[in-house]
Amino acid sequence: MKIAIASGKGGTGKTTIATNLALTLADTGTNVQLLDCDVEEPNCHIFLKPQIESSSPVTVMIPQVIEEKCTGCGICAEVCEFSAIAVVKNKVLIFPELCHGCGACLLFCPEDAFVEVPREVGVIEKGSSGGITFTQGLLNIGELMSPAVISEVKKSTGDPDVLIIDSPPGTSCPVIEAVKDADFVLLVTEPTPFGLNDLKLAVGMAQALHLPFAVAINRSDVGDEAVAEYCRRENIEIFLEIPDDRRIAEAYSRGSMVVRELPEYLKTFKTCWDRIRAFSGNEASNKPDSDGTAKEV
Amino acid sequence: MKEIVVISGKGGTGKTSIVASFAALAGEAVLADCDVDAADLHLVLNPKIERREDFSGGKKASVIEENCIGCDRCIEECRFDAISYSDSGKTDTPHINHIFCEGCGVCFRVCPTDAISFEPAVNGEWYVSSTKYGPMVHARLGMAEGNSGKLVSQIRQEARSIAEKGNLDYIIVDGSPGVGCPVISSITGADLVLVITEPTLSGRHDLLRVAELTSFFRIPTIVCVNKWDLNADITGQIEQEAREHNVRPAGRVRYDTSVTRAQIAGTSIIAFADGDVSSDIRNLWNSVVTTLDGGTA
Repeated sequence: MKIAIASGKGGTGKTTIATNLALTLADTGTNVQLLDCDVEEPNCHIFLKPQIESSSPVTVMIPQVIEEKCTGCGICAEVCEFSAIAVVKNKVLIFPELCHGCGACLLFCPEDAFVEVPREVGVIEKGSSGGITFTQGLLNIGELMSPAVISEVKKSTGDPDVLIIDSPPGTSCPVIEAVKDADFVLLVTEPTPFGLNDLKLAVGMAQALHLPFAVAINRSDVGDEAVAEYCRRENIEIFLEIPDDRRIAEAYSRGSMVVRELPEYLKTFKTCWDRIRAFSGNEASNKPDSDGTAKEV
Repeated sequence: MKEIVVISGKGGTGKTSIVASFAALAGEAVLADCDVDAADLHLVLNPKIERREDFSGGKKASVIEENCIGCDRCIEECRFDAISYSDSGKTDTPHINHIFCEGCGVCFRVCPTDAISFEPAVNGEWYVSSTKYGPMVHARLGMAEGNSGKLVSQIRQEARSIAEKGNLDYIIVDGSPGVGCPVISSITGADLVLVITEPTLSGRHDLLRVAELTSFFRIPTIVCVNKWDLNADITGQIEQEAREHNVRPAGRVRYDTSVTRAQIAGTSIIAFADGDVSSDIRNLWNSVVTTLDGGTA
């Protein structure tokens, strides 16, 4: 079962929930894999402190001109919708960071004067921590193509009982790449006007992608009732509420796991997981704990 | 006229609350909400929309069913897996998934029977509004739409033209989290970047990546640790490391629950309460102005 942890607004607690949920499950003997798909600012490693066992570059294919074949006709620049190619004085100029890798230049060049060459845009690191198989992606600084790195992180998916995806904030291309094939999305928010506004956007995204979802409210007693009222009105289930506990904030600031420092929260994450599993029709095979199904639902 | 962009690396560190306060302090300024994925500034500045424009991030392809002969050339050449039949028996014509369509036009160009249209898509809207603190440019990106970088460029361009016409001193830009496409679009060519971070290991990690980004684009950068008193040790470490990366600490803002209460009241903390946290932000703004006017970043 693939669960994506997402949010419209940044800093709502995606990473806290993704890592603590993963560790809670790993503690019960579940085979868990965690993918940090927030490749612009990946933070799961700060909390899990995984042993990195391998590291490999992420490349995208970009076109290169074979000068001897090129006649400077300019068709490549005409068919490039991303302005990644210009032809000046019969010479082809390529702007690699604008290239989306669609292959139009190769396909339509009448002289067959293009080849594709790899270009590094990021790196993938794999490792493990406390029974959790872990992969993270890192976008190289100055690069635009986060989705390419996210897609590569997702290719490292093994065959876990539960796959948890920590997604980037927002609702546009990188987020869609991270969540699009999830079985379930947990949308994290906080009970404030910003949290509510961005939750509505995230709900719109989940609906546009036809993904089942529920909401997690972090620092649930810090603001007002508007998020809870919105969820009630829209028949959206709230699967997790984490109170504004200064001890959690302190553990977070030091890079410590909540369920390790404050074991009373194990139950909170366990209950959330039970709800997700019940909601998704018991698809996952969480064998060691099959008695706990849906007790809170 | 000077342009300052407020970004954070990590999400949820308080960018928008601080930008709203700057708006209240600046006097003659244009405000620009470039966090187009999850725009929130309007929730505390209550803009009155005066002009609205459609945003087109590019073209999208659609199948013209009556012209389609089912040759599947489009499916073969689409590198984004955006074209498919809805059933395996191929009883209908191929369908293009607009969420996955990158807008490259390859299908449109390879189709032998002109069965694909390729037209500019409307992906959102942007607005020029008035607020009690001055003009504001903001936007709404459609659900699950891409190309936020292009929308950010359009918002900044409009803000610049308003500032020029009105002879206004400052453009204050609310940016997005991360280091990818929309962030790069929001900082290129700006006079100053202010990074708002928080005293956590995640905040520190993400600040260093942002500092690398602004250094890559040679933009003077200053930093403010928000809620600094939640962990004074890490605040000190962040400021020390920032200096080593040529990022000057320009102020600290303390933790105060009235910031959330101001947000719930739909206003900036400056307009809401005149306490210590407001003085912190006032000092930060003065430091920004000194840096912008004196060029001492």
